[in-house]
Amino acid sequence: MTEITEVPSPFCGIGTDDLTIHVDGLQVKVAAGGCAVNTPAFELPLGDPEPRIAGEPATLEAAVAKAAELLRGKRGPVFSGCATDVNGMRALLALADRVGAVVDNAAFNNARRNLLAQQDTGWMNTTLAELKNRVDVLVVIGTDLESFAPRFFEKYVWNEAMFVADNEQRDVIYIGKAPSGEASTSPGGRKARVCACSDADLPEVLAVMSALLRGRPVKVESVGGIAVSDLQAILDRLKAARYGVFVWGAAALAFPHAELTVQTVCAIVKDINLQGVRCSGFPLGGREGDQTANQVCGWTTGYPARLSYARGFPEYDPFQFETARILADGEADALLWVQAFNVTPPPASEVPTVVIGRSGMAFAQPPAVYIPVGTPGIDHVGHAFRLDNVVAIRLKKLRDSNLPSTAQVLAAIEQQVQAHYVN
Amino acid sequence: MLIKLTGGTVYDPNSGVAGQKQDIYIEDGRIIAPPAADRAVDREYDVSGKVVMAGAIDLHSHIGGGKGNIARTLLPEDHRLDPVARTLITRSGNGHVIPSTFVTGYRYAEMGYTAAFEPALLPINARQAHMEMGDIPILDKGGYVMLGSDDYLLRMLTAKKDQKAINDYVAWTMNAAKAIGVKVVNAGGINAFKFNQRKLDLDEQNVHYGVTPRQILQTLARALQELGVTHPLHVHGCNLGVPGNVDTTLHTIDGIEGLPMHLTHIQFHSYGKEGDYKFSSGAATIAEAINRNKNITADVGQVMFGQTVTASGDSMRQHYNHRFAHPDKWICMDIECDAGCGVVPFKYRDQNFVNALQWAIGLEIFLLVDDPWRVFLTTDHPNGAPFMSYPHLIRLLMDKSFRNDMLARIHPEAQKMTTLGSIEREYSLQEIAILTRAGAARILGLKDRGALSPGNWADITVYTEDADREKMFAKPNFVFKDGELVAKDGEIVQVTWGTTHVAQPEYDPSVEVELKQYFDRYLTMKLGNFKISDDEITETGRGSITVHPLRGAA
Repeated sequence: MTEITEVPSPFCGIGTDDLTIHVDGLQVKVAAGGCAVNTPAFELPLGDPEPRIAGEPATLEAAVAKAAELLRGKRGPVFSGCATDVNGMRALLALADRVGAVVDNAAFNNARRNLLAQQDTGWMNTTLAELKNRVDVLVVIGTDLESFAPRFFEKYVWNEAMFVADNEQRDVIYIGKAPSGEASTSPGGRKARVCACSDADLPEVLAVMSALLRGRPVKVESVGGIAVSDLQAILDRLKAARYGVFVWGAAALAFPHAELTVQTVCAIVKDINLQGVRCSGFPLGGREGDQTANQVCGWTTGYPARLSYARGFPEYDPFQFETARILADGEADALLWVQAFNVTPPPASEVPTVVIGRSGMAFAQPPAVYIPVGTPGIDHVGHAFRLDNVVAIRLKKLRDSNLPSTAQVLAAIEQQVQAHYVN
Repeated sequence: MLIKLTGGTVYDPNSGVAGQKQDIYIEDGRIIAPPAADRAVDREYDVSGKVVMAGAIDLHSHIGGGKGNIARTLLPEDHRLDPVARTLITRSGNGHVIPSTFVTGYRYAEMGYTAAFEPALLPINARQAHMEMGDIPILDKGGYVMLGSDDYLLRMLTAKKDQKAINDYVAWTMNAAKAIGVKVVNAGGINAFKFNQRKLDLDEQNVHYGVTPRQILQTLARALQELGVTHPLHVHGCNLGVPGNVDTTLHTIDGIEGLPMHLTHIQFHSYGKEGDYKFSSGAATIAEAINRNKNITADVGQVMFGQTVTASGDSMRQHYNHRFAHPDKWICMDIECDAGCGVVPFKYRDQNFVNALQWAIGLEIFLLVDDPWRVFLTTDHPNGAPFMSYPHLIRLLMDKSFRNDMLARIHPEAQKMTTLGSIEREYSLQEIAILTRAGAARILGLKDRGALSPGNWADITVYTEDADREKMFAKPNFVFKDGELVAKDGEIVQVTWGTTHVAQPEYDPSVEVELKQYFDRYLTMKLGNFKISDDEITETGRGSITVHPLRGAA
């Protein structure tokens, strides 16, 4: 048994890097620092490492050759999932560029809620260490923070801070969903203030809050079941704060046009700053390569991870290039599914499908090709981006599984595709 | 393979060669002395009548790191103006104001540039910056790690730690972030913004730490001097863009007390507040101060008219400037007790008085600084303009009548407020070679780049003479990188991968004892996971690391 300390996680999005892991042969056990998100993801047993063609065992070489044959010369190949590390995404984009594929990250519909707001008006955001050391008013919008990241409060709120002497002076306020547990209760027993409302009412509640902040007339006394005076009190608290932070999880804002709600939150943050007080936004995300996909696509193409190379150069459309829509409308003639972090299979379709996935993935229908790959941060080194966008973590190799990386497999496929075009 | 460039007119300021006819021989990627007469040349390029210089080096260009990618994400509509299709050998992407990484490499190389340096490597974001630069083909690259608003340094200054302790921290950070220099952005100002200070003058205290920008600049400049780092402290001053900041800049120069200091994008720091618009040129004063103070170097950060995006670590000033955003959207971030950033799209207009005068101020500085070894050609890409505008800028410097034609088009009141029309100077080819190659290599301490004498790497650009200098510099005839022909007549013909230039000053390893405690108590990453290892740059099989000697060493 080997003990590995200070292990970073690509699974939780907050880039936890204080895990202690015990490795026994191919078995991985989280010995310390685990949580409901990270522990199962690390401990998922290794599955059958053998590549398969139409469900039948095959050599890696044969599987790569078959994948290349299925992906080249197509009119509408779709590369979906896109859940891997930086080098995996680099290789995926290189291949997509060559065969003219659509590239679509599995979590893009969530990220889109943030991206549309970001691309329309921008925002003022902060990062984890600033939040940890500065936040004195934490406002959580429509999200159960502790189920997103079970150790968030322990690590970043009820922990030592450079600029907050007494954590009991930190206020936690929920607007929308109430917290599912007690993680947001301070060590001294102070509970979070909860202004509960349904998701459907969040847009209106936040619009009223924004109007109050801008000094616009508000005629109603309550909105979505929340007294307007309570919203005013939250604004007053934020305007007396040294460093307020609004947190939201785009995945949790699962209602139509939630991007407008994100935009309202971002506008509130900007307005507080314009009124002479510091305040920041903090969008949650970054799990299983979604931020990584957006970042690598960003520097390679200029666009986030929903784009098409079909015309020979990258084009971005956050709606048109959605995998589900393309499959439903019968526009795809090949599907590449990349999921190196978990065993979620590709979406069901009649299209010839190549799967580059974590070992142990189970299928209702065996895909044309399945090549099990290593998981970044377990089977090989790599890089992943954390939810706060600017921090990349260096993932460690924990065991010798001999599984190839996503990057290796995709590069091998690209080589075969290229050879075909050159010959 | 032995390659010969025959009969070119060579400009190599490093060897004092200024327009002499000279053959150049290349073998194994490097320039070699003329071989024995009986050795057969494998490949000969007839470059007679053409201008031969070393590959150009951009010492200040935002080509890697978080704020650039934020700018890209912010501006999808801008990318649509300049899609770049793939070819058999090049990747697709897009250009315009903030090109994708691959296109960045191609476009620089097509213009005869063979190296570019990212000036704002936030320690916590350095990993991303190196990954982005790792996807920039052909060019060599490197970065200056940003210090001065990081809480660790400010805590050290408040605790009155001695210079030796500071030096260890600076050297450790340079090693951990894989940097070749150190940059300060609005010294302490990014930090002060987090405490809700909205401006910070040179002698104004941070409300929490009680430390002033002057103290930070002195301490860091001294650290680099004592560590022997070749590149002087790279300074983005206080009060960027503020009318009247010419005084701040003069005090910054005086305040450094003779230590080496590089003032970056100095155009943005050379503003008076005279005249009807309370905005005037301080270029003459600044140029005079540079001429007088031999410890000072500067790059200009020239503004060019048109759309661009400003991406800066200076969250304090960028937040103030958001009111000028065009289109009207912008982003600010506080980052990891380390730094910050602000991204504001911007359109410089020749009929806007302020923008027009900014343009003139930059040119005045270029033309009034006497010593070409101490001024550098930059637009602070993309902040003043995208780097693709360099050939136009070179023509403005080399061609007085063209310059005056352009001057006649700008806002009439701005014309009255600049002495540009009365400046006779025209840059020579040799001076351009200093500004864009020899000077940059010297100030960065690149031991074997930016020159054409035997022993240097064969980064070589061959131009076809043309009275229209913009045309001449836009599409060189041949560009060689490490002896390989990479571009021909402005088209990429081969894709290679450059190296990452770093300096590695020594430090006392015990510096990590206190750092580890600080990381464990306050930061969100373990110290061991923070440091960038060599294999992170080399494992893709494309990257490499080149360590340059410290000043005075071998």
